[in-house]
Amino acid sequence: MTALLDIRGLTTEFRVNGHWHAAIQDVNLSLAANETLAVVGESGSGKSVTALSALRLLPQAGARIARGEILFEGRDLAKLSQRQMAKVRGDEIAMIFQEPMTSLNPTMTVGDQIAEVLMIHRGMSHGAALKEARDLLDEVRVPDPGRRITEYPHQFSGGMRQRAMIAIALACRPKVLLADEPTTALDVTVQHQVLTLLDDLKRERGMGVIFITHNLGVVAQIADRVAVMYAGEIVETADCTRLFANPAHPYTEALLRAMPRVDRRADTLEPIPGSVPSITARPAGCHFAPRCGYVRPECGHHPALGPISGAGGSDHQARCILRAKAEEAAWTV
Amino acid sequence: MTRYIIRRLLAAIPTLLAMLTMVFVLVRLVPGDAAMAMLGDQASEVSLAALRAKLGLDQPIGVQYLAFLRDMLGGNFGVSMSSGRPVLEEVARVLPYTLELTASAILIGAIFGLPLGMVAALRRNAWPDYLSRILSLTGLSFPGFVSGILMLLAFAVYLRWFPVMSTASDNFVDHIRNLALPALNLGLIMTAYITRVTRSSMLNVLGEDYIRTARAKGVPPRRLILRHGLRNALIPVVTVVGLYFGTLIGNSVLVEMVFTRPGLGKLILGALQARDYTLLQGLMVIFASFVILVNILTDLIYAVVDPRVSYS
Ligand SMILES: Nc1ncnc2c1ncn2[C@@H]1O[C@H](COP(=O)(O)OP(=O)(O)OP(=O)(O)O)[C@@H](O)[C@H]1O
Ligand code: SF4
Ligand SMILES: [Mg+2]
Repeated sequence: MTALLDIRGLTTEFRVNGHWHAAIQDVNLSLAANETLAVVGESGSGKSVTALSALRLLPQAGARIARGEILFEGRDLAKLSQRQMAKVRGDEIAMIFQEPMTSLNPTMTVGDQIAEVLMIHRGMSHGAALKEARDLLDEVRVPDPGRRITEYPHQFSGGMRQRAMIAIALACRPKVLLADEPTTALDVTVQHQVLTLLDDLKRERGMGVIFITHNLGVVAQIADRVAVMYAGEIVETADCTRLFANPAHPYTEALLRAMPRVDRRADTLEPIPGSVPSITARPAGCHFAPRCGYVRPECGHHPALGPISGAGGSDHQARCILRAKAEEAAWTV
Repeated sequence: MTRYIIRRLLAAIPTLLAMLTMVFVLVRLVPGDAAMAMLGDQASEVSLAALRAKLGLDQPIGVQYLAFLRDMLGGNFGVSMSSGRPVLEEVARVLPYTLELTASAILIGAIFGLPLGMVAALRRNAWPDYLSRILSLTGLSFPGFVSGILMLLAFAVYLRWFPVMSTASDNFVDHIRNLALPALNLGLIMTAYITRVTRSSMLNVLGEDYIRTARAKGVPPRRLILRHGLRNALIPVVTVVGLYFGTLIGNSVLVEMVFTRPGLGKLILGALQARDYTLLQGLMVIFASFVILVNILTDLIYAVVDPRVSYS
């Protein structure tokens, strides 16, 4: 499969107390059409920064893409001006966010907010765009869309707002959707509905979706492939089924052990001790070493992301000196 | 929306009553009373008593209070003791001048303050921001009448661009020339004020999630700032300007005196000098009612700008 979006060696830095620190380092991700790539990791591991960098939505001051390419259909988005980038956003690549309560403009009707994308990118008239907005709300299964387009976000529930966000994102039929924890703020049943909706829409439209989450249950439900991030780096990437069956990186293993599952009692959950280091305090060698149960002296050298032995034909990579012994280190239920 | 308006009007009733009670008490706390003020210190007890009876001042305080409320709520402000003309007429004669002055000040403040505040927010910590912050700090730290006197000296006495003393005139050009300096004086203070509020409010809004959403939609910069940023940033600006209105009228009274411009200022000064009780009392009530009215108006504008208000 040829990649639709190909992120290569992406490094994004923030200025903290006058010094530039990398929030994400040397991130490689590639996404094909009709594929869902999940990016997982604890809070602070750099998932959002990766997505925001890809759409060039970082804060204008104090943030920079230091290295790397963001290839979209052969074009390097990292080199585009903000003006050229605005043409790509919302049209060819769209993004939805975690906070449905605050991500919509409170002083604009939901209909106008959907219509706006169509007016900007398709040059539609307000009337035509509103009609289309109504159809889009219908498509994301918001009941009574004709009335709903005239309402304001505060009149929508959280789940309905997230549907409206999806309608905005999908209005121009983007080829790539970046979804940054779109269901995290929703309660479980609504979460499930929104996930199903996203999955259906992805299939119907053949979109590529990068789905950011820290919930492995969600990953299992929707992802084709998974990239695990830790402290600004991708530490493991594999097919979804393979990752759950044969995690190669100790961090992935730990994440799986910390994951609540229906077939396991809650008191057997093992939360990962410690926390993700801040961007100003990352260890020199393997970033995970301070929390790793397998740590050994060689871990003082920063490991590279490399293929797993015994992975067969699948593209399974991990960033750990133990990766050659992946089969032994594999997590068992 | 209609229900919202009715609710706001009903909510103003207690405020109005509290204000009237305060005026009633204040007037009675002043040493001496209305009868003494009218007849002077030398008046005989007999004539004082006669006048008190005529004014109802010999009645029990409760009766006086109710009569006062009835008069004030009915718009019956009595007759000015110094001029003999109805208080309402006196006020109505000069009110347009004061309103014209305050309205021009707000207009000037909005025309300059909104763009300045926005540019400051967008160029945060760059020279336009520093410049606007220095300007607004200067504008806010000068009392209105001090900068008024300075402007008067510079533009009217020294440069002679504008008249030193305002005179009533039917000629439009003269009228504007008379208005220019005092309006500019108050307008600059208002500009400083609006710049500051707009800057901080815009900075807040620019950090909001929905601005990021708009950027992710590909909204071009100009539309992003005006349609998504300014509209939301205006909400606090409207509130603050509304709250400032009472102070603004107070300032305009001072500025009117500096520029010897007809208006409430001159009327208040005259009433004080003449110890014109009825006029002062009427002025206080009318002034305060006006501020209450402006607050209601502010709430209504607020509801128009922010859809969340009228629905909740
Ligand atoms: N504007 C910023 N300035 C400085 N540091 C930042 C900024 N934005 C993010 N960071 C840092 O970059 C790191 C990665 O943050 P990011 O938001 O990508 O995490 P995340 O994986 O999305 O976590 P979460 O699950 O909490 O959303 C964090 O350590 C964060 O503190
Ligand atoms: S490199 Fe060493 S410290 Fe890092 S994950 Fe592998 S074993 Fe653990
Ligand atoms: Mg995040």
